[in-house]
Amino acid sequence: MDSYEARVHSAFPDGKPDVRDPRVLAWLIRRNGLEMTHLSRGSHIGSIFSVAEIMAVLYSGVLNVRPEDPRWPERDRLILSKGHAGSAVYSALAETGFFPVEELKEHYANGSRLSGHVSHKGVPGVEVSTGALGHGLAIGAGLALGAAMDGKSWRTVVVLGDGECDEGAVWESALQAAQYGLDRLIAVVDYNHMQSLDFVDRTLRLEPFEAKWRDFGWRAESCDGHDTDALKAAFGRAWEGAGSGRPSVILAHTVKGKGVSFMENNILWHYRTPQGEEYEAALRELEAQRP
Amino acid sequence: MRDAFVRALLREMEKDSRVVLVTGDLGFGVLRPVKERFPDRLINAGIAEQSMVGLAAGLAMTGRRVVVYSIGNFPTLRPLEQIRNDCAYHALDVKIVCVGGGFVYGSLGMSHHATEDMAVMRAIPGITCFTPGDPAETEAAVPVMFATPGTCYLRLGRGNEPRAHEGEITGWVFPQAVRLRAGKDIALLSAGGILIELKRAAERLAEKGIEAEVVSFPCLKPIDRGTILDLARRYGDIITVEEHGITGGFGSAVCEVIAESGSGCRVHRLGLKDCFATEVGDQAYLRHRYGMDADAVAELAERLVRK
Repeated sequence: MDSYEARVHSAFPDGKPDVRDPRVLAWLIRRNGLEMTHLSRGSHIGSIFSVAEIMAVLYSGVLNVRPEDPRWPERDRLILSKGHAGSAVYSALAETGFFPVEELKEHYANGSRLSGHVSHKGVPGVEVSTGALGHGLAIGAGLALGAAMDGKSWRTVVVLGDGECDEGAVWESALQAAQYGLDRLIAVVDYNHMQSLDFVDRTLRLEPFEAKWRDFGWRAESCDGHDTDALKAAFGRAWEGAGSGRPSVILAHTVKGKGVSFMENNILWHYRTPQGEEYEAALRELEAQRP
Repeated sequence: MRDAFVRALLREMEKDSRVVLVTGDLGFGVLRPVKERFPDRLINAGIAEQSMVGLAAGLAMTGRRVVVYSIGNFPTLRPLEQIRNDCAYHALDVKIVCVGGGFVYGSLGMSHHATEDMAVMRAIPGITCFTPGDPAETEAAVPVMFATPGTCYLRLGRGNEPRAHEGEITGWVFPQAVRLRAGKDIALLSAGGILIELKRAAERLAEKGIEAEVVSFPCLKPIDRGTILDLARRYGDIITVEEHGITGGFGSAVCEVIAESGSGCRVHRLGLKDCFATEVGDQAYLRHRYGMDADAVAELAERLVRK
């Protein structure tokens, strides 16, 4: 039987995908996400698929990180505050060389280090363990404040969920980050418009969302969260926010379950695990999109 | 205790530029010397305790040694998940400091009674819990806390409380209990600022010819098992006193050690018995009303000795 890595990489030339191309990395995050949730009978595939391009753009060049030296002091810090999409971080890290891709098959497995929600324990490249929502932005603000006090230029990026923005702690941190002028702190909201039970608009409405952040003192912009060029440009502007005295937020409009037709905008796929015919059908759709 | 803490904090900030203080918009007069001497290392997180602790975790990740300061339940119960997930799980150098353990802010009402904090903080893995009994123990414990790696909890009383110990405590060895008074008839144990009530009770008992040994536990976790086991060997009855509920706190910690040892010693826990203090009253009033003051301790001790 083929190794896990061979199964995911075999169709690429020489079995080596070019992960510097964000579209390739985003595809791999989805392909791994499908495989990992299938093998583990895990959940949250809809969130993994919606955040795929965001993570891909970050790890294919935006973040200044060194896979061979994960604790390099000058690295940019990434916190996946919506820790339930942990698979997306694990596969971005594995595909870019932080640890072997083969290990991804152990996601959720007894005795492995790749827990369902993202964990930093023993996993090279993961800064912070998350899973309880509303924690990441505060930690990110602390990192950015520490960097500012040290005169460092590295950035801190915090990826939030839209449902996560129900948490009051997110807005506490939004106030603090603006107050302290943390212009090297960048938040990205995976704005897939759905949360656990229903659409965001039918749960706790966030709109006018961009205006909220701006009123809190942030630089805010919206973009198509599946368009890697648009994301790259938005990150570029956020990076240039250093010196503005204001933190930046990118509202990345995405589709929950993006990439598999029957999962898209379908609340079922927040928790449902891809098995049997549904797994096969999802695999066929993803293979047809392989860059 | 508060002032002893601030003095020790200033010494630590003087010594190590990595020490920063994060406050939840509290400590106006108390923190003024910090603001004057180290304005760049005092961060006001606003009235936002969850993010205050998350922010502290992030700062600690940049190599800082972070002291989080607030009062009552605000630095513990409100941001509990941030303490557990962000500080303790990541083994970060964050020192959570509570001023106002127990009924210090008694007449302000139930919201300001910190009467479950020891139980809750002690339950979280990786958190070392300091519960000094008076200013002298605070002076001894705070430098030890700063030298203790990882996340710690420091439960303080108030400002200007009387000293229980006669002089300074020199050479305190973590996490040892501190004997305030020798005895032979019964042992009185406490953690935190209630210690003074035990001292007064022992003095009253002495007038009646009862010699009570008084032992304070400036460190709740890890707890000094050796001292507890030694006391359990020497006494048939031990009274624990805490300005706190009796569920899960200091008395429970003592019970755990003694129950596991197979000793026949009986533990009698004084503290809030699974209730809130609903009456209005200052610290002395509430200590009396809820049976944890010198009167209550002496009365129970005498009954046990004369039984």
